[in-house]
Amino acid sequence: MLRVFRNEGRKGNDRVRKLKWKKARRRSRRRPGPACAVSAIRKGPLSKDLKPYSRECFYEVFEEEIHQVIVENQLFKPRERVAIGASGGKDSTVLAYVLSELNRRHNYGLDLFLLSVDEGITGYRDDSLETVKRNEIQYGLPLKIVSYKDLYGWTMDEIVKMIGLKNNCTFCGVFRRQALDRGAALLKVDKVATGHNADDIAETVLLNILRGDIARLSRCTSIVTGEDGPIPRCKPFKYTYEKEIVMYAYFKRLDYFSTECIYSPNAYRGFAREFIKDLERIRPRAILDIIQSGEDFRISTFTKMPEQGTCERCGYISSQKWCKACVLLEGLNRGLPKLGIGRSRGPNNDHKKGTKETNGAKSIESKQCGTLDF
Amino acid sequence: MQLTLEFGGGLELLCDSVKVHNVSVDMPKGAEKLIMKDLLGWVRTNLIKERPEMFMKGDTVRPGVLVLVNDCDWELSGQLDTTLEEKDVVVFISTLHGG
Ligand SMILES: [Zn+2]
Ligand SMILES: [Zn+2]
Repeated sequence: MLRVFRNEGRKGNDRVRKLKWKKARRRSRRRPGPACAVSAIRKGPLSKDLKPYSRECFYEVFEEEIHQVIVENQLFKPRERVAIGASGGKDSTVLAYVLSELNRRHNYGLDLFLLSVDEGITGYRDDSLETVKRNEIQYGLPLKIVSYKDLYGWTMDEIVKMIGLKNNCTFCGVFRRQALDRGAALLKVDKVATGHNADDIAETVLLNILRGDIARLSRCTSIVTGEDGPIPRCKPFKYTYEKEIVMYAYFKRLDYFSTECIYSPNAYRGFAREFIKDLERIRPRAILDIIQSGEDFRISTFTKMPEQGTCERCGYISSQKWCKACVLLEGLNRGLPKLGIGRSRGPNNDHKKGTKETNGAKSIESKQCGTLDF
Repeated sequence: MQLTLEFGGGLELLCDSVKVHNVSVDMPKGAEKLIMKDLLGWVRTNLIKERPEMFMKGDTVRPGVLVLVNDCDWELSGQLDTTLEEKDVVVFISTLHGG
C-alpha cells in the first residue's frame, strides 16, 4: 500500500527501471520528461509496495483507491448532501480536494459542503480557519462555521483560563463532536465525512487497547459510525497512509495549515503516534495490520454496552441522563470545572452506578486536540 | 555545494519559521561526495534552532518526517546514503501535525 516516489519521465519496464534507477534519476532530474507512460500499476493489498511511481501515476492510484473504498463500502448515495469536516489541516484539505474531484469524475451526484468548528483558540484555530476560507474559494465548496462561543457560550481560550491545561482536551473533544453534529444539522446534510487516515485509526486502536476500552475499540475501526445517531460519519481515508496524504498535498501544492494545537499536552497519545511511526519505518504494513486487529476483536457477551437515549437537557444522543457536553457545561457555568471529568460527581451519578462511562471523559480522541474528530 | 532545503508540515517552526533555505554545504574532510547523512548533521547544527528532537531521532530523521530529494522519496534513493549533487533540492515535511 505504501508508495514511494520516483521522478518523472522514464520509460521501459519496472525491472529495468529499477536496475537503472540511479543513472536514470541523474539523467531525468535536470529536465523533467514526459508524463509517465505506465499508468495502470496496481499493487497487491498485502504486499509492501515500494514500486516507484511517477507523480501522475501516484495521483491516479491514490485517488482511485479512495474511489474504490467509497464504492465498496457504499459510503455515499447519489444526491446526498455531504459535509466534509474541515479543520484546515492536511487530511481534511486533501479530503475536500479529492472528494470534489471524484464527485465530478465519477458522477457521485453529491452536494458537498465544508463544515468547520471554531473552538475559539487564538493563534491556532483563527489561523487555520483562514485556510478553510481559502479552501472554500479554491474548491468552490460552501463553508459553514459553528463556534463553541455560539453553541456553548464559552471559547476554548476561556475554558483553559478557567480549568488550566489539564483535561482541556476532554472539553475540546466532547464539544467538538457535538458541534460537528449541530453544524451538520444546520446544513441539513445526510452525512459527515472526516479526514481520519489509516495512521489515526491504528493509533486509536492502540490507545483503546491500552485503556481497555472495548466499546470504543470495536467502534473506532468502523468506516461508518453513528448510523444510530443524528448524522452518520464516514472515513474515506480509512486505508490511506498519512505519508501518502502528505505527499499528495505537497505535490499538488494544496494549501493546508500545519501548526499544532497550542492546548495539546496529551503525551500519552503522542507516544502511541510515535510508536506507530517507528513500526511503519520497519514495516509499513504494520499500520494496516493494527487496524485489522482492531476489526477482528469481538465484544464479549459479558461487556455491557450502554443503551442510547437522549439528553434530558439538550436532546443530543446520550446513554446517560445528561449528555457529556451538558455535564461539562454545567461544571463550567457553576465554577466547578472538574464536574464530568473522570469519576467526579455529577447529575449522572445518581443512577447507573458502576456502569462504564462511555460518552466522553474517558474517550480517546485520535490526533492532536484541535483537529476534527470522532 | 549549493543546495536548496525546504521545510514543511510544521518543521519550518524549528528553523525560525523560514521554509526555504538556499545553503552552501561543504563536503566532509577527505570525502569525495556529500551524502544525506552528512547533510542531516549539517542541518541539525546550522539550521535547527529549537527542539531538534522534533527533526531527528538517532542519526536519521524522526519517524514521520517525509524526505524528498529532487521530488523523489529518499526511500528509493538509499536514505542516509543518498548522494547529493550541486543544486539538489531536499524537502523535509513533518506528517505529524494536525489533521
Ligand atoms: Zn484542546
Ligand atoms: Zn445535553
